[in-house]
Amino acid sequence: MTLAVFFGCAFIAFGPSFALFVFTVAKDPLRIIILIAGAFFWLLSLLLSSLVWFIAIKASNSQDLSLQRGLLIFGVFFSVLLQEVFRFAYYRLLRKANEGLAAISDDDSSTISVRQMAYVAGLGFGIMSGAFSMINILSDSLGPGTVGIFGDSQYYFITAALMTLALTLLHTFWGVVFFEGCEKSRWWVIAAVVGLHLLVAGLSLLNPLYEGSLPPVYVITLMMGVWAFFSSGGTLNSLNALCTRRKAEAESS
Amino acid sequence: MNTSDSEEDSYNERSALVQSESPTIPSYNQDHDMSLPQETDTKRVSRQRRPVSSGLAEPEPLEREQASTPDGEEEELTLKYGAKHVIMLFIPVTLCMVVVVATIKSVSFYTEKSSQRLIYTPFEEDPNSVGQRLLYSLLNTIVMISVIVFMTIILVVLYKYRCYKFIHGWLILSSLMLLFWFSFMYLGEVFKTYNVAMDYPTLVMIIWNFGVVGMICIHWKGPLRLQQAYLIVISALMALIFIKYLPEWSAWVILGAISIYDLIAVLCPKGPLRMLVETAQERNEPIFPALIYSSAMVWMVGMADSSNPDSADERRRNEGGARAQEGVESEDDVAQGGRRRYSAEEDLEEDRGVKLGLGDFIFYSVLVGKAAATGGDWNTTLACFVAILIGLCLTLLLLAIFKKALPALPISITFGLVFYFSTDNLVRPFMDSLAAHQYYI
Repeated sequence: MTLAVFFGCAFIAFGPSFALFVFTVAKDPLRIIILIAGAFFWLLSLLLSSLVWFIAIKASNSQDLSLQRGLLIFGVFFSVLLQEVFRFAYYRLLRKANEGLAAISDDDSSTISVRQMAYVAGLGFGIMSGAFSMINILSDSLGPGTVGIFGDSQYYFITAALMTLALTLLHTFWGVVFFEGCEKSRWWVIAAVVGLHLLVAGLSLLNPLYEGSLPPVYVITLMMGVWAFFSSGGTLNSLNALCTRRKAEAESS
Repeated sequence: MNTSDSEEDSYNERSALVQSESPTIPSYNQDHDMSLPQETDTKRVSRQRRPVSSGLAEPEPLEREQASTPDGEEEELTLKYGAKHVIMLFIPVTLCMVVVVATIKSVSFYTEKSSQRLIYTPFEEDPNSVGQRLLYSLLNTIVMISVIVFMTIILVVLYKYRCYKFIHGWLILSSLMLLFWFSFMYLGEVFKTYNVAMDYPTLVMIIWNFGVVGMICIHWKGPLRLQQAYLIVISALMALIFIKYLPEWSAWVILGAISIYDLIAVLCPKGPLRMLVETAQERNEPIFPALIYSSAMVWMVGMADSSNPDSADERRRNEGGARAQEGVESEDDVAQGGRRRYSAEEDLEEDRGVKLGLGDFIFYSVLVGKAAATGGDWNTTLACFVAILIGLCLTLLLLAIFKKALPALPISITFGLVFYFSTDNLVRPFMDSLAAHQYYI
């Protein structure tokens, strides 16, 4: 039972991101480096926000539970803002690196485009965010016993896995859209991304009322997926071409 | 358990990151062989190279011309292959860490504190008094680092005065101990953990085969991948021993101190490791393969003269990864000549790979292993892992810029230590609170 929960939740939470990694990132060394550096930047943002939260906690009365909860919520929102700041910082770093790569290559163009870097950076953020949210829970799910003895929801593991999946995909889409917005200097796009991230974090505050948090988050994920697709240059025609080409190939074979 | 001095020394000078040799010396190709050229062999081969080279007077100036390509082109080449080299080091470092973390999390032997200590950390830490614990860990560190410095200096002195037999004997003893004794211990503990019944004859056969093949691969010739695998395994075994036998606080202080020592030893003009690397480069010899992990892939992209059967042979031999026997000398001469002939025309495309000392593997794995050992928190382990990889990436970037041997420990260990302590004390309570309420950031 526990093993089934472990594998099920692991595959739900990490399956798509692992597949994305294997099929799109693993073959290109530069992308792997950008992915890991993205994970590092996310980690830095988490570190700083934890520091702020820790200081706030230590400076306050540890007996006052509602205050502690309020500080935690403040910590959540502050962390979201800091993540977006670090995403912007990573964007700047990648732009500089891209210029450097272009300068030293043969034909004055870098081997990787800003859009690819946006996708990989978003994926890096997403994988690290997902790993940090989920790994401890996964390792606990293996252990003897399960959650729910004190009246907590029995759906803890699966909702955690679903939420992690949504966040990983969201980070990927946000990366694409964010970098595109920075490139085209469309600041409303950046504001929208930050706003949506805050919204998703806020929705997660509704847990354990899972009906209030999971479906809206998935709706937002789908919307962001569509937005990212169109923002990175996809069109309905290309989708159409993809389908008809497949059909044509299937017919000809 | 008193570890012998041999592996003490065998890891200390392994902490150097050496850039691939400059692509302007095609004959260096020979030295990337995993086989440890017995000194007589090297001398024999190099003596034979000279008559060959004088016979091929024409390609030689060509080589030298290409040797003096403008800096920009060389830099371009180095940076073009830079990302690939980084990944070629990420993979073994990751594998070593995965082995160590997997062992720590499953086999409880390596996290049980025993009363035995290494002789290099003689002061026992008293968990009750903070001040005394700190003092004793500092003293332990001083003892350990002095032993390491002493051993490194002895090694460099021996190398300078060409006492190769002594050094080889030393290295062989230390690899013997790692490959046979430590792996026997490891296997025993794994069997105990999983309650696997094993009889001695089978065990002897397994350990014997493992050890002998390891000795051959590391000290002589063997397929590149197998040699790399063995180096990873012995680094992991060594790291596990350190994790078990170093006292808690001493381990962290030692990690910090050894990265400072690495910085000094590799960068200072009179630093022992720098002298070792420079002497090896002067003499055109590889540093002992038992101490360095090499990701060398030598391939010739494009063949100038595909009808040349010798070069074709060479290429096949290199691609196969197996190191050719230098048995028949005439064949070797011709092969050398053939390789030099077309390598002169195509040497721009050769990739030399990059080398990382085994000490670096060991200490990275010690850091990540200790992060995994203390407490059940996986986030700390993951954070240290990412920090070390980023440190390695930055070090390789610096290597591409400065093009000389650099210490691989300081940046990674600093990042690793910073992230360990901050994740353990700051991020862990935050993430635990978030997980308890199921808030997501």
